[in-house]
Amino acid sequence: MPVSQTLPAPARLFLSGNDAVARAVWEAGTRVAAAYPGTPSTEIVEVLSRYLDLYTEWSINEKVALEVALGASMVGARAFCAMKHVGLNVASDALMTMTVTGTEGGLVIAVADDVGMSSSQNEQDSRYWGRFAHVPVLEPSDSQEAYSMTLAAFELSERFRVPVILRLTTRICHVKGLVQTGSRIEVEPAGFVKDPRHWVMVPGNAKPRLPKMLERDAALRAETEVSPLNEVIEGSDRRIGFVTSGAAFMHVRDAFPDAPVFKLGLSCPAPIERLRAFAASVDALLVVEETEPLIETELKAAGIACHGKDVLPRLHELVPDVLKPAVARLQGEVVEPPEHVAAQQVFPRPPTMCVACPHLGVYYTLSQMRNIIISGDIGCYTLGAGHPWNALDTCISMGASMGTALGMDKGRGAADANKKIVAVIGDSTFMHMGMQGLLDITWNRGNVTVLLLDNRAVGMTGGQDNPGTGRDIHGEERSRVDFAQLCEALGVRRERIHVVDPYQLPVLFKTIREETKIEEPSVIITNRPCVLIDDYKPTQPYMVQEDRCTGCGNCVEVGCPAIHVTRRDKVVKASGKEVDLSFVRIETSACTGCGLCVQPCAPEAIQHAAPVQTLQFIRK
Amino acid sequence: MSQITNILVCGVGGQGVMTATEILAEAAISLGFDVKKTEVAGMSQRGGVVTSQLRFGKEIRSPQIGPGEADLLVAFESAEALRWSHMLKPGGVALVNTGCIVPPVVNLGLFPYPEDPVDKMRALGLTVHAFDATSIALGLGNIRLGNTVMLGASSDLLPFPAGVLRDAVLARFGARKPQLVEANREAFEAGRKAVAGEAVAA
Ligand code: SF4
Ligand code: SF4
Repeated sequence: MPVSQTLPAPARLFLSGNDAVARAVWEAGTRVAAAYPGTPSTEIVEVLSRYLDLYTEWSINEKVALEVALGASMVGARAFCAMKHVGLNVASDALMTMTVTGTEGGLVIAVADDVGMSSSQNEQDSRYWGRFAHVPVLEPSDSQEAYSMTLAAFELSERFRVPVILRLTTRICHVKGLVQTGSRIEVEPAGFVKDPRHWVMVPGNAKPRLPKMLERDAALRAETEVSPLNEVIEGSDRRIGFVTSGAAFMHVRDAFPDAPVFKLGLSCPAPIERLRAFAASVDALLVVEETEPLIETELKAAGIACHGKDVLPRLHELVPDVLKPAVARLQGEVVEPPEHVAAQQVFPRPPTMCVACPHLGVYYTLSQMRNIIISGDIGCYTLGAGHPWNALDTCISMGASMGTALGMDKGRGAADANKKIVAVIGDSTFMHMGMQGLLDITWNRGNVTVLLLDNRAVGMTGGQDNPGTGRDIHGEERSRVDFAQLCEALGVRRERIHVVDPYQLPVLFKTIREETKIEEPSVIITNRPCVLIDDYKPTQPYMVQEDRCTGCGNCVEVGCPAIHVTRRDKVVKASGKEVDLSFVRIETSACTGCGLCVQPCAPEAIQHAAPVQTLQFIRK
Repeated sequence: MSQITNILVCGVGGQGVMTATEILAEAAISLGFDVKKTEVAGMSQRGGVVTSQLRFGKEIRSPQIGPGEADLLVAFESAEALRWSHMLKPGGVALVNTGCIVPPVVNLGLFPYPEDPVDKMRALGLTVHAFDATSIALGLGNIRLGNTVMLGASSDLLPFPAGVLRDAVLARFGARKPQLVEANREAFEAGRKAVAGEAVAA
């Protein structure tokens, strides 16, 4: 379903930071944009894909996305790629060399840090990459700046022939504000200039480029001292001055409207001399930065006295209600927090898998197995760690389920000798970083059973396409990976590769049990689509016949959110054993008829219900 | 209400919390306010807690509302209303859908669902308008209208005329599916009436 191009004319638009970056990338005349979806960065290239006068793609991982962007830059085109913070770790290998080659066409890398960790495995400060890779870092603080700094980033990149990191955080990406936009300019690529000394980074060519990189650093240091991207906002109350950037700038302005603020827009390299002058103009200096004490350390190294993480939290967002008491303490005052009722204790409500999610059956089955270690990965199926399955023992990073499982197998002692080792990975994660790990498993003959959960989407980020779906970013038909063949090519014996329907619990159980017994690598591929994509077709819903339900609770263990416990009871068996009973009801309007809950119900209390009219409205 | 209006909309992933906040934002924009909107929604589509924050006024800097700073709490689910009660400022108002969405941890008997969250909120001294928006929406034949029912109910609690919000609702849904305009108009009015009735009864 290609989306038609209906772009609003230049106007004041209500845009998220991600929308604003996308708009500016398009306006900048960019020809190529690539990304792997990752919260909170996903929407940038998703939005760009609707702008049909540039090439966009979902790449299989961030390193490839960055390499695609670099290739475009080499031929002189403006290029862009986006990723979340952990994605830059993946892309860093390419980054560390392209910082030596430099770039031709402007190249901007948007990196979105998940400050506050809404959906990531760690909280990491990508500003470090700017220092490490010798590239400038721009830090917008709202949608308007996300827009204007993206345009500035392309100019900076072309002026200094360097990739530029646009550092975003969740509160930039996912905050909407008003943005004054413009129109697209067309930039014609100059064309590729063959020059191995520039582009072929063998030692003989790379060595002479290193001094050039240091020259560029010096030029950037001079630039940051005069750049209008760094600015002082004057204030009448000079008892304390703030140095800040990004979302924290807005929080500072909100909490202390009268204080002078040094706002860092081009924060790497830091404008040390301007900061020194600013420090001299206030009684005390406080660096408010999310998340690491990076500018603080640089200021102190330059002999500029300042406060920072001595009074502010090291982690998470620096919002006004965190800043106010910290500053009051610094000034020896007490501030009363705003009056409000006490926070109430309510049950936790972590995210859970969807009604009829094809992963339900897998985790239900795994939760029923004994003596098993389950190595997990990044995606919706990480939710298998939660109730009721509790069926995930590790989760580190994209693709890590493979290597971790192999390491467990090779490293295990007597205590784990009889355990079965299972690695669970999704289709997209498998292509992102899992394939290499599986190759290592087969090559080194690891005794690992891999569950490849193919739900034909990047489920976690909203169902984007990948080479396993057979569609590209525009929904156009493309070549489609055959996972069974791919696994075979990676060294798994054909007999050890099974494709199973995750809604068929007995088959799933039997296959996993048999494959975990056999001491060689095996792969079990599941083949049902994510319920949130168009490929999923709901069928006739089910209901519980109350007179038949014995309250055994087996269906609750499946974990489908459409099943509700209506009544609990306790009975004492003849053996004297006390048993908890849970009588249930199925929310017919939510049930899609997958039939998973039917299978563990011995008294056949779950029967088809009449289709209900509301069904179509619950699912999009 | 103060110069800046802070609205916190909360509920469960999939209920349309973000769309509702978006429409409130569009109404505020149409009146020329500076507006910022943000949400806290880790993996929001999957039944987790969702809150969306809206601030509008002459100039908005931080997009975030702190505890004790919300003028209005719009809760799409009653336990979530209780969870976010502390965000209300003294004298603030909560609008609560009494419909419940029971999560797996409660189903499994690991945690209780709070008994009468609305009563608890009132006992804390909060002003609460409570009504069953889910049933009203189902009564109108479409659970997804719950969104509009809640917006209708909030329309008389805003610092601008209800008609501005109604226009924003109809513009949003009308643009996507013209046949939904009438249903949404009905849902909006049903929400307004429900709260007016509830206010009389209270
Ligand atoms: S059949 Fe059972 S598991 Fe499947 S959607 Fe309905 S309630 Fe959920
Ligand atoms: S599995 Fe069947 S008998 Fe057991 S609680 Fe569920 S519906 Fe009742």
